[in-house]
Order: sequence, then C-alpha cells, then structure tokens
Amino acid sequence: MTDPQPAIRLTGLTKEFGAVTAVDHVDLEIAAGEFFSMLGPSGSGKTTVLRLIAGFEQPTGGTIELFGDDVTKRAPFDRDVNTVFQDYALFPHMSVLENVAYGLRVRGIGRKERIERARRALASVRLEQMGDRKPSQLSGGQRQRVALARATVVQPKVLLLDEPLGALDLKLREQMQVELKEIQRELGITFIFVTHDQEEALTLSDRVAVFNNGRIEQLGTPAELYERPSSRFVADFVGTSNLFDDAVSRELLGRGGVHSVRPEKMSVGSGETGADVRNAPGTVVETIYLGSGIRLVVDLDAGVRVSVLEQNDRNRVHDDERGDRVVVSWHDDDVVALGGADVASAPAA
Amino acid sequence: MTMNATAPASARGAASDPPEPDRADTAPGGAPRRGIPRPKATPARRASVFLSSHPRVRLGFLLAAPLFWLGLVYVVALAALLVTAFWTVDSFTGEITTEWTLDNIITVLTGSLYQTVTFRTIGVALLVTIIDVALALPIAFYMAKVASPRARRILVIAVLMPLWASYLVKAYAWRSVLSQDGILEWVLAPFGLHTPGYGLPATVITLSYLWLPYVILPIFAGLERVPDSLLEASADLGGKTWPTIRHVVLPMALPAIIAGTIFSFSLSLGDYITVNIVGGASQMLGNLVYTNVGAANNLPLAAAIALIPIAIIFGYLALVRRTGALDNL
Repeated sequence: MTDPQPAIRLTGLTKEFGAVTAVDHVDLEIAAGEFFSMLGPSGSGKTTVLRLIAGFEQPTGGTIELFGDDVTKRAPFDRDVNTVFQDYALFPHMSVLENVAYGLRVRGIGRKERIERARRALASVRLEQMGDRKPSQLSGGQRQRVALARATVVQPKVLLLDEPLGALDLKLREQMQVELKEIQRELGITFIFVTHDQEEALTLSDRVAVFNNGRIEQLGTPAELYERPSSRFVADFVGTSNLFDDAVSRELLGRGGVHSVRPEKMSVGSGETGADVRNAPGTVVETIYLGSGIRLVVDLDAGVRVSVLEQNDRNRVHDDERGDRVVVSWHDDDVVALGGADVASAPAA
Repeated sequence: MTMNATAPASARGAASDPPEPDRADTAPGGAPRRGIPRPKATPARRASVFLSSHPRVRLGFLLAAPLFWLGLVYVVALAALLVTAFWTVDSFTGEITTEWTLDNIITVLTGSLYQTVTFRTIGVALLVTIIDVALALPIAFYMAKVASPRARRILVIAVLMPLWASYLVKAYAWRSVLSQDGILEWVLAPFGLHTPGYGLPATVITLSYLWLPYVILPIFAGLERVPDSLLEASADLGGKTWPTIRHVVLPMALPAIIAGTIFSFSLSLGDYITVNIVGGASQMLGNLVYTNVGAANNLPLAAAIALIPIAIIFGYLALVRRTGALDNL
C-alpha cells in the first residue's frame, strides 16, 4: 500500500445486459501488489466485473482506472492487464512456446528475443521441457500453467484470473493455489482472482469482495469476512453458519435480530458454566464422521437446527448418536449480529 | 454403451411394451418387482435382444441398403464411365465398339481444343473459388462471431434460401441481369460502365453466385467452432484486429476454408449449363462432354473428356488432404 495510486479503481461501475443488471454501481479500489479475490455465486456479477476490467465488455456506466489512468473506453489490447481464462484459451494450432510468445509477437518483438523470454516464462512455471508440444498434449494443470506464463510474459500491471482452478481436481487445485501465491509474490503484481469457491478465496487472498446480485455485499480480509460477516448472505456463503432468526435469537440470546454462530465455535456436551456461556438443549439428528472432525446436526428445543463441528482429538469423549439428548454450548463473543428485523423476517436457512 | 445404443431400437421394436432394459430381469438379488409387469417376450422383443448383443449384425443391417446404393449407383457408374473411355465408336454405324484403345485419351491429352478448354475451365474454377472465399469469409465471420443469435438464425436461412430455388431459375435470372438492356447495365450506365455481357466474365459472376452458399456454410461452421475466448485472449495479449485474424482466426479456419473451396472448385469444374446460358460462345469441359454425348454421339470421347475434371479434382483433393481439411467435411 506504499503506492498512493490504487492499481484498479472502479467508480459507479454498471453493466446492464438488456433488462438484467449484472453489475450494479460497484465502487472498488484494489491496491498495487494485492492478491484480491472476487467471490460470489454464479450470476453475482464477479466475472462481469473482471471482463469489464479486461475490456471484453463495455460498461453501461461508471469508470475504470488503472493506476490513475481512465481506461474505460480503451480496447483490451490497449490495457496493461492480462487475463488467465477459465478454459485457458490456449491457441490449439500453436505450440506451447508459440502460445507463450504470442503476446510478444503481436507487440513486434524480434523472434530471438521473444523466444528467449517465452522460454524463461515457461521455466518459471516449470514447463521448459514442454515448449514444442501442442496444448492438447498437456494435462489440465500444465495448460493452466501455460496460460499463466502466457499472461505474465508481457509483464502486465494487473493479472486477472477467471476461476483458473475451476477445471482441476482437488489435489491439483490445492497444489496450484500454493503456486499461484508464490508466483504472485515473485512478480509482485496485482492479482484479481474470481472464484465461487469460498475456501479458495480465503486461502489465497489479502482481501476478498463478496458479490451478490451485482453488488459488493462485503469487502474485507478473509478473517474479517469469516469472523464478522456483515450480512446473512455473507455468513451463509462464506463457510457454514448457524443462523438464528429473530424469534430464536430472543429465546436463546435474549435479544432480537438475526445472529450467526460458526459450527466450530459450538460444542456438544452436558453444558458448560461461565459468565458468557450460552447453553441450549437439543436432540442429535445426525453425526457425520469427517476424519479430522465430527459434524453433529442437532435440533435445538428452541426450534432451530444447528451444525456443530467437533475436533476429533483426544479430548473428545462423547459418542453421541441419533436421538441422544445433548446440550449445545457457545460463547457470547462468538455470536455475530447480522442486522435488524427486515433481515429477520426472511425464513431461516 | 451397448445398452444405451439399443434402447431406442428395443422401444421401437416392441412399442406396446415398456422399454425396460433386459438386465432388470436378471437383476442381482432377484427381488420380485411389484406393480410393474415384466415385458412379454414378443418376437420383436426377442429380435431386439438378439441385436443388442450382436453389434456386428446390427451394423450390417444398418449399412446394407446405403452400401448397396453407393456400390451400384455410384461406384459402378463411375467404373462404367472409365471403361467406356477406352472403347471407340464405329464412325460408319455410330455403334460403340468394345475394342480396347487409348485413342480417346490421346486425343483429349494432345488436342489443342481440349487443352485450351481445360485451362479455361481450371481458370474459371479458380477465379470462382477465390471470389467466393473472399466474399464468404467476412459474411461467415459476421455470422459466427458478431451477429446476435437471432440475427445468426436469420442469416443462415438467408444463405440457405437460394439453394431452395432451381439452379436454372437462378442462371436465367443472371442472364436477364447481365443482358445488354438488363438491370446491371441500367445501374452501371450512369457511372460510364457497362455490363460485361455474355461470356467468361458472366460465367464467373454467375458461378460465384451459385456456389457462394456452399462456401459460406463450411466456413461459418468452422468459425463457429473457434471459441470466443481465443479471440479475447488474442486481444488481451495485445493483438489488434489484423494480427488476430492473421495469427488466430485464419489458421484455425483454414480447414473449413479449404472444405468450402472443394465445393466451389469441383462444382465449377463440372458445370456446363451456366456456361450455356450466360457464357456466350465460350465453352468449358462440361460443354464438350455434353456435345459428345448428344450431338456427336461419341460416348467414349465424352467419357475421356469427363476424366479430365475427375483427374483435376483428385489432384486437388490429394493436395488439400495434407491440411486436414477433409476431416472437416
């Protein structure tokens, strides 16, 4: 954040497709060198914002600034941003090396130099041996890395990544997450990462914007989003939450409004004592063995079903089964208020 | 896979029975199924069961009729033509003599008339092909990548529509357009220009018009298969319009373009009606074939002339085979 000029500044950015408003007056500043994620369900507008920044779509209203320059009206080839596409968009008729060198080629850089630079970029993603192959001869993870090398070889100021890990299997995805983070640290450029995977967003990002219905629902660090969700949507979308509507909150917490408690902040036992401990009796509906933990689904007598995540450590003594009567306990500190009565009137999730 | 492929057949074969897969009868565990009666073993059903487990028999049934048709009508007719070229006509009686001779072939290869007409025909076919590709590329690109889905449907219909009209009607329409007092003359006259009249230019214009849909459609299909994200990726990496077309669009559309040129080239090569209608005095290979079949009553010579376009097309196909364009037909 030493650079006073943000890498990206969106002001009142709006995009309408016919009658549908995909992006609705989004204001956003992304600092230079930041790993920034845009998280949201499909149709929330996150990808459209990315495409607007890349220049593939023209906004209906608002402006896009790149390091202080207004680039709103500029063509994609006139912007210092590059994209890693969801389907990688590698040119199938070119070799891997030609793909990586493409950006240099259309910029008129000489053959010798562009091959040299493309080779270095390929080496940085550990694919120096694959230069002569066609993209179709590579695995998903390798294609992903080629796409990354192709986008970074032209040294963009901002790299846009559109669900780049979506097509990979879990193991590879986790491995690529680490690599992405490393590459970002090495290059020191701004990454804008679009994903619908909340875990991925929390793992990778410095800050996350949660999108819903074309607007930013909440903007903050992963910890802020997880610990202090500002709305019911964020509490529900980022991680798992036990939501208490107005009536349940009154009975269990003694105050109105919608509240949420994370499953891992709750415990199941015979009740705890303490100044800020809340105890609620209920009946076990389901126990799910997760390996490292155990998830218990409990119907509280107050009329709400909660999910409790217990560590599978040596302190664990209970072996509750379906139908057992238990007491669910949590600390008042861990309760997050999600706002007033208008939200409360919505049906409980 | 086998079960899936045969399910419709079994449903069709035993229309009155529920199309229940057979494995249900022998399901492991063999729990009695309540409510749903087992399908009856009708002859049609038994036939379906037999076919479902004998894929080769199935394939045989499926291909017998078309292969018979292809073999008899297409290959045998072509072979008969080839054979006829090596026979001769008794100039006195006009009867075909089935004596083997290379005279017709030699006549066709060495006669200056045949050489001239052959080169003229190739020239016309090449020119038509070039004009058609030049016209088809932007139209196909607009249809595949720019137009809205609705506009695209309308354009596809618009391109197909001329194919629903008779070839003769279209050729005569051009005869009227190109005539000395036709609409083209009327349009061009204020600019000091004139209609080309009937002749080779008119032939090229008319053939280009006739074969244009056959060139647009494969190129359109080929371009439609190029993902939009590739064009976006090119722009994203700094490629402006022309580099994107040169390095991404054209290389990827090349097989489709070549597929289109096969149509315009081979159709032009064999045409004789358009030349008759708008070609004035000029002749193409088709006309020579036509004259020899009809007026001259020399079928062997006609067959020998007809071998020329066949040979050219085979040469052309061998050339384009290397590009992989034939995978795209």
